Amino acid sequence: MIVADRKPIQEIMDMIGDCEKLLIVGCNACVAVCMAGGEKEVSELASLIKIAKRKQNKTIEITEQITERQCEEEFVKEIEKEIKNHDIILSMACGVGVQLIAKMYEGKLVYPALNTKFMGLPEEQGQWAETCAGCGDCKLADFGGICPVARCSKSLLNGPCGGSVDGKCEVDPENIECAWQLIYDKMKLLGQLDKLLKIEPAKSWKTSRDGGPRKVIKEEVRL
Amino acid sequence: MKSGSNLEKILNSGKFAVTAELGPPKSANKEFVIKRAQILKNYVDATNLTDNQTAIVRMSSIAAARIVMDENVEPVIQITCRDRNRIAIQSDVLGAAALGIKNILCITGDHPRFGNHPDSKNVFDINSMQLISLLKMMRDEQKVLGGDVIKTPPKIFIGAAANPFIDSLESRIIRLEKKIKAGADFIQTQCIFDMNRFSEWMKIVEDKGLDRKTHILAGVTPIKSYNMAKYMAENVSGISVPPKILKRMESAKDPKEEGVNICIEIIEKLRKIKGIHGIHIMAIQWEEIIPEIVKRIGLYPRSKFDRELCTNW
Repeated sequence: MIVADRKPIQEIMDMIGDCEKLLIVGCNACVAVCMAGGEKEVSELASLIKIAKRKQNKTIEITEQITERQCEEEFVKEIEKEIKNHDIILSMACGVGVQLIAKMYEGKLVYPALNTKFMGLPEEQGQWAETCAGCGDCKLADFGGICPVARCSKSLLNGPCGGSVDGKCEVDPENIECAWQLIYDKMKLLGQLDKLLKIEPAKSWKTSRDGGPRKVIKEEVRL
Repeated sequence: MKSGSNLEKILNSGKFAVTAELGPPKSANKEFVIKRAQILKNYVDATNLTDNQTAIVRMSSIAAARIVMDENVEPVIQITCRDRNRIAIQSDVLGAAALGIKNILCITGDHPRFGNHPDSKNVFDINSMQLISLLKMMRDEQKVLGGDVIKTPPKIFIGAAANPFIDSLESRIIRLEKKIKAGADFIQTQCIFDMNRFSEWMKIVEDKGLDRKTHILAGVTPIKSYNMAKYMAENVSGISVPPKILKRMESAKDPKEEGVNICIEIIEKLRKIKGIHGIHIMAIQWEEIIPEIVKRIGLYPRSKFDRELCTNW
């Protein structure tokens, strides 16, 4: 899923400025699962904004809404009435949702309440980890199902580097496991350690962001 | 001859090589580099110029290399994959070769997190393994990675780093094998304090015959103080300092002298290992001690094959 995290309240207050009538739109998809932009978080943020406004001796009228998936027009249209009724919309979806509302309602100010982080997995209660970099050319078959592009701090295809200590990455030993230690352990378990003797050639990054913004086109389903 | 460098000639002749490390300044101070080159001159076969080590902005290794050449010291430039993509790296290799630089050490590079620009975008377009293959391709196949032909290819003696002190031993050996297969003509290791672990690594290297496929230069570092030893033991990834050495440094009356003594004892042990073809002295901000070390271990004077480096460009 797409994992996101709410921005600090001060940054949100600075964005909305003197706004007196605000629409907060959460999303029931990924960001609800990662507890960043679901129904509960929308209501929590609405309270925080009201408190912050009261401290400034100001008032604000806040409407709370949730879309089933903010990345699809048909779901956003379901709350069109509320959007049209507001000038400022604070989206609690990922960056995709924010951009879709901004695109659909050009005259509206649409602000992001979240920082969209990565595609990842929940590891334990309240903790998610980056797992896929969306590089556009999946090589998981070569690395025992562990992605070095997303999970190695240097995206090394021929790791590990000298910063691997006791299975941890020196960039942040408390929080980052050395992906290459995991790959070695897994390949050993699979009896495929010899596969790692292969020198992975320089990767083509053109399937990744480096080739410019990407599109997926499926001719067979196009009308 | 792949490059015709002094270092290549020394190693090919079977002589025990001595290289050192020179960290360029965090400024445009040419004198800083000249002073250190003059200290090293005649005591080493070549000196490494680090490439923004620990991700701290410093004078470029190629510029610093050119300055040491003017002092008749042969450079080994280090190239990391952290700051430049494959276009910039290949451009630098061609430029370095045009300036007469013949030795290049390929490394991945420290993560920007540790330097003075932790907010920078790290590049890592290619990694050290791919960089070795790339230099070999440029030199031997006379092609850039994209396939275009290089009419005047760079003649380079290709180096790589090895760290025997990181777990697992298995992964360290596989990595060394890969670097040799990719085209590493010589290897410089992380600095060695833990002789037990190093011997264990070296035994596998010799059993696999890897020492006959490349030239391994063992890294050593003279320790200046107990604090430095403690810092390295506790904070530097991939450096293992045994408790015995820490104790010796702690109780030493003259820690600098003790540090040199320890370094010399390690070098003497290393020289007895058949597969070791030289030493690489990393005297961190203590280059002035290198002549004394080289003299005390009986490796002075150095043979010199390339006396007039400056005539080569």
